Amino acid sequence: MSADPDAPAAPVDPDPAGSAAPGPADGRPLISARGLTKHFGRYVAVDGVDFDVQHGEVFGFLGPNGAGKTTTMRMIACVSPVTGGDLSVLGMDPGHDGPAIRARLGVVPQEDNLDTELTVWDNLLIYGRYFGLPVPVIRERANELLHFARLDDRRDSRVDPLSGGMKRRLVIARSLINRPDLVLLDEPTTGLDPQARHLLWERLYRLKRDGVTLVITTHYMDEAEQLCDRLVIMDEGRIVAEGSPRQLIDRHSTREVVELRFAHPDQQDAAVPQLDGLGARIEPVADRVLVYTDTGDDTVAAVHTRGVHPESVLVRRSSLEDVFLLLTGRSLDE
Amino acid sequence: MSEPAVSARRPPEAPPDAPSDGGPTAGEARGWALPARLVDALPMLRVAEREARVFSTVLHTLVLTGVLMPLLFLGAMGIGLGGLVDENQGTVDGVEYLVFVAPGILAATAFQGAAGESLWRVMAGIKWVKSFHAAAATPLSPGQVYAGYQTWIVARTLVNSALFVAVAAVLGAVPSAWGVLAVPAAALGGLALAAPLTAYSAGRDSDMSFTLVMRIAVVPMFLFSGTFFPIDQLPDGLEPLARITPLWHAVELCRGATTGSLSLAAAAAHTAFLLACVAAGCWWGVVTFRRKLAP
Repeated sequence: MSADPDAPAAPVDPDPAGSAAPGPADGRPLISARGLTKHFGRYVAVDGVDFDVQHGEVFGFLGPNGAGKTTTMRMIACVSPVTGGDLSVLGMDPGHDGPAIRARLGVVPQEDNLDTELTVWDNLLIYGRYFGLPVPVIRERANELLHFARLDDRRDSRVDPLSGGMKRRLVIARSLINRPDLVLLDEPTTGLDPQARHLLWERLYRLKRDGVTLVITTHYMDEAEQLCDRLVIMDEGRIVAEGSPRQLIDRHSTREVVELRFAHPDQQDAAVPQLDGLGARIEPVADRVLVYTDTGDDTVAAVHTRGVHPESVLVRRSSLEDVFLLLTGRSLDE
Repeated sequence: MSEPAVSARRPPEAPPDAPSDGGPTAGEARGWALPARLVDALPMLRVAEREARVFSTVLHTLVLTGVLMPLLFLGAMGIGLGGLVDENQGTVDGVEYLVFVAPGILAATAFQGAAGESLWRVMAGIKWVKSFHAAAATPLSPGQVYAGYQTWIVARTLVNSALFVAVAAVLGAVPSAWGVLAVPAAALGGLALAAPLTAYSAGRDSDMSFTLVMRIAVVPMFLFSGTFFPIDQLPDGLEPLARITPLWHAVELCRGATTGSLSLAAAAAHTAFLLACVAAGCWWGVVTFRRKLAP
């Protein structure tokens, strides 16, 4: 692959006065992948994916563990060489311009890799130094970022005593020390309790509002729906669908879903044939039967008319979880 | 540059109340750094700087390792044991035992220190704390992370060795002014071990073998590489074995410097052997770090 000849040669200087990143004015995507492939020996982790990430958007990779999300992110982050296909990041080629691209990325890895031998403050300082930033610049930014991460009063603390949510916020603060054009967040809230997740989402909204381009991987459909302007659904190294959360649901699912729970699996097995023909599609899953329909209440009435009496009935709107189930026949957490 | 991109570069949520005027606090007071021009020219120094910052929090240990240990070793081996040796033997290789053993302990201590930096701490950077991964996500390449870490080991060994030579000189164990060259010689010996050992450690999946490495490689070399007695005292089969250990070459270099008795040709040969170890180790290290940090 070759870098766009029109793209100015980006300096390794992590904080250039003018950005060489493709902007909304020229319509070029910040990231562009065509037939992107990654093999580890005989194992195919990413199997020819195409996608574009535009300036200022929050772009998501949604999929179960092992779908190839992290591997794709690592290729974008220029810490995993591309096996095949084309990849352009910030108008440059990761194969040749890795250091220049990395200088303008913020990376939040799946596992926190904070420096446990340093304080919170020194974590930011040293990371800034890795980018070659002068200490006075780092000092100013670190103050702002500690405030952003709501860690002002923890600056001299070690990393180990911090809670999971605090560590995650510190990793995000650290990723912003070079004022990146693009922030890559791999499973940003996995393992956090609901309160910590919401605080983190709120911080990410803030970044989004400030116009930072975010790329997120997640296996939580609520996270994808909350944060992403646009996303791709990945499964077994391939992209199976692409669009905004709303578009994906409209395109691949029905408006509503009726969930039927039965007291006993035998009752569920007996009920499934009786439901035949109801709604647009019927999906029996482990602990319930999902009936996809555009008119939930009518479908519930029809269920009762057929003499099926589940223990509980729930009518809800379709979600990305349903899109994934309908496209792959499996649920996200399998 | 269009407006959204500018705002992307603006700090998120500029705090009205945070001390953004840069008023010094406890954390900032420690905000020393290497000269910017130097670090820009050699980005790997940023990794060395991280190690130095961690070390600066335990700077008092330098007194222990750099001053107290040489005093104890030279006191016990050089003066205590040495008194006995000199009484019975006269001299060892033509010099009193203190003068003989001091450069041996110098090289062996540098060697031991380099081993200490090249095992568990490397596994922490690669696998446990993943601090090397964090560095490799920045403009630094895996090779620069490796090279920066080696630079740190050299810097630390140089400081320790300089303190050692100073203490030894005070005790009368350094008869020649060439003894100054024992400092870089000891550091080179340390690097000859650290370069390949860091590569080895980075490639392991667990630290299970590390204790074994210390017991069957590092400690025997410490004892039998001409450190405490000339290797011609070794049983016949073992003498050639001692000659191919990097520590023996480092000991010979250091001893040649402190006693001022080494020919230029011999010094060049020992240096070449150690540099070959460094080169092979660096190649292995860069390959391994690349495989581990950017697979």
